[in-house]
Amino acid sequence: MSDIVTVRAGLLTTVQDGGRWGQQHHGVPVSGGMDPFSMRLVNLLAGNADDEATLEVTLQGPELRFERDAIAVIGGADLSAVVATGGTIQRVSLWRPFRVPSGASLRFGERRSLARAYVAVSGGLDVPAVLGSRAASAPAQLPGLAGRALRVGDVLPIGNRATSEPIGVRLSHAVIPPAPIAGRAAVRFIWGPDEELFSPGDRATFARAEYRVAIASNRMGYRLDGPPVHARGGGGQLLSEATPIGSIQVPPLGQPILLMADRQTTGGYPRIGTVISADLGVAGQLAPGETIAFVPCDVEEAVKALREQERALVELGASR
Amino acid sequence: MSEVRVAAAGDSALVLRLGDTIDVDVNERALRIARELGDRHLAGVRDVVLGYASVTVYFDPLRVEVARLEHDLWELARDEAVRPARQPRRLKITATYGGAQGPDLAEVAAFGRCSEDEVIARHLAREYRVFMVGFLPGFPYLGIVDPRIAIPRRDTPRLSVPAGSIGIAGSQTGIYPVQSPGGWRLIGHTRETLFRAERDSPALLQPGDLVRFVRP
Repeated sequence: MSDIVTVRAGLLTTVQDGGRWGQQHHGVPVSGGMDPFSMRLVNLLAGNADDEATLEVTLQGPELRFERDAIAVIGGADLSAVVATGGTIQRVSLWRPFRVPSGASLRFGERRSLARAYVAVSGGLDVPAVLGSRAASAPAQLPGLAGRALRVGDVLPIGNRATSEPIGVRLSHAVIPPAPIAGRAAVRFIWGPDEELFSPGDRATFARAEYRVAIASNRMGYRLDGPPVHARGGGGQLLSEATPIGSIQVPPLGQPILLMADRQTTGGYPRIGTVISADLGVAGQLAPGETIAFVPCDVEEAVKALREQERALVELGASR
Repeated sequence: MSEVRVAAAGDSALVLRLGDTIDVDVNERALRIARELGDRHLAGVRDVVLGYASVTVYFDPLRVEVARLEHDLWELARDEAVRPARQPRRLKITATYGGAQGPDLAEVAAFGRCSEDEVIARHLAREYRVFMVGFLPGFPYLGIVDPRIAIPRRDTPRLSVPAGSIGIAGSQTGIYPVQSPGGWRLIGHTRETLFRAERDSPALLQPGDLVRFVRP
């Protein structure tokens, strides 16, 4: 069934869900949405389970023709989405369910804020799951859309997995994550696990610095340009071990790399810190050329921030 | 043996480190602890990932009390008898050496001050343990390589290494399951499929397996 047809693919449009957990011991990356909070939020608003498959739309969006009526929700980046039906063009408001009639197209335009928009369709996207997830992981080269971005002609069947009616509430600004001013984001991190390999001076440098997200950045990780920091012993390789999302690893040349959703499962570079779960979405909304600063915090603060986000999502879910 | 420690890797992962060398006994202990944790199916635990000498547990911090999990890790680290040893699987991987599919063979020979044939003979001579699987789907970290041919990785990784390439990086040898960038010195090639998502166990090789390279 051809429910949604890709007319233009956009810069990088991928299917993403809550991630391919439980396969890392086979070397399979987790992947999933770069801004997990926004992804979960659009799903709940669309009446889906929070980890349902969505489209992650990067900077320049696709054009998607709907061949049946659907309800969709867009959140995260504002990429000027419109629904074009015959001769009429209707702007789409973020974080609000909207109807796309059969025959209409969902298009995107100018980037107004952030880098990644999430499109949830009520019922979910019914592309085949691979190893328990529909998330696209380009480096893993998994079969079908689990291994690549959308291309012209790709068909996305709409599922029937909606768990409730879409939620037509106006979200409070306390729930919607604020966009960073002028592309300058700050995220909180927890030191370690290898912080003792860095001198107090280098640690102070790292926590004071602002880093620019380099062009050679992608869903696997962000290369960061800014003040170098060096692990003791020349920053040689450590024994390879698991590399969680948000890990800030430091190769020998001293320019940190922030590991993101498609990161490899293991690595051997020293890790000065790890971005807290609640702030991963802020990092995930950055584009190359924008800047990120790292603010130290402790585990208690990290869990408290995550609990507050979770409460907002649970309350939203309960309202339906 | 070096000090055992448990470190937080952010708010959602704890890493138990049992040592800082590539060592069969340490890796075997880590493997048994990883299996034990995996089999417990603890609520809120998302993944258990083995390293050379470490076990990383991913968890949901809103469902798992981190102090409790840390306590469990310490208990497991102290328990010398954690899970009985399994009889290791023994597998053979058919390999061809040199030529276009083993472009670094001459460099390895120069490093080892020996002939290319001797590099091949030394690579074939050992039975390797799969210490861990990571980096790419199904990529096995095999060791321990004969020190004579244990050439460090390239300073600049290749942008593209073909699937099936067999490489050396220090005391490790490995096989690229898919085409990817990579810095290991390439000495040969296999046509074996190391990863297939449709398989019940998608990765051909698993930690603890014993692998021997053989010629066709």
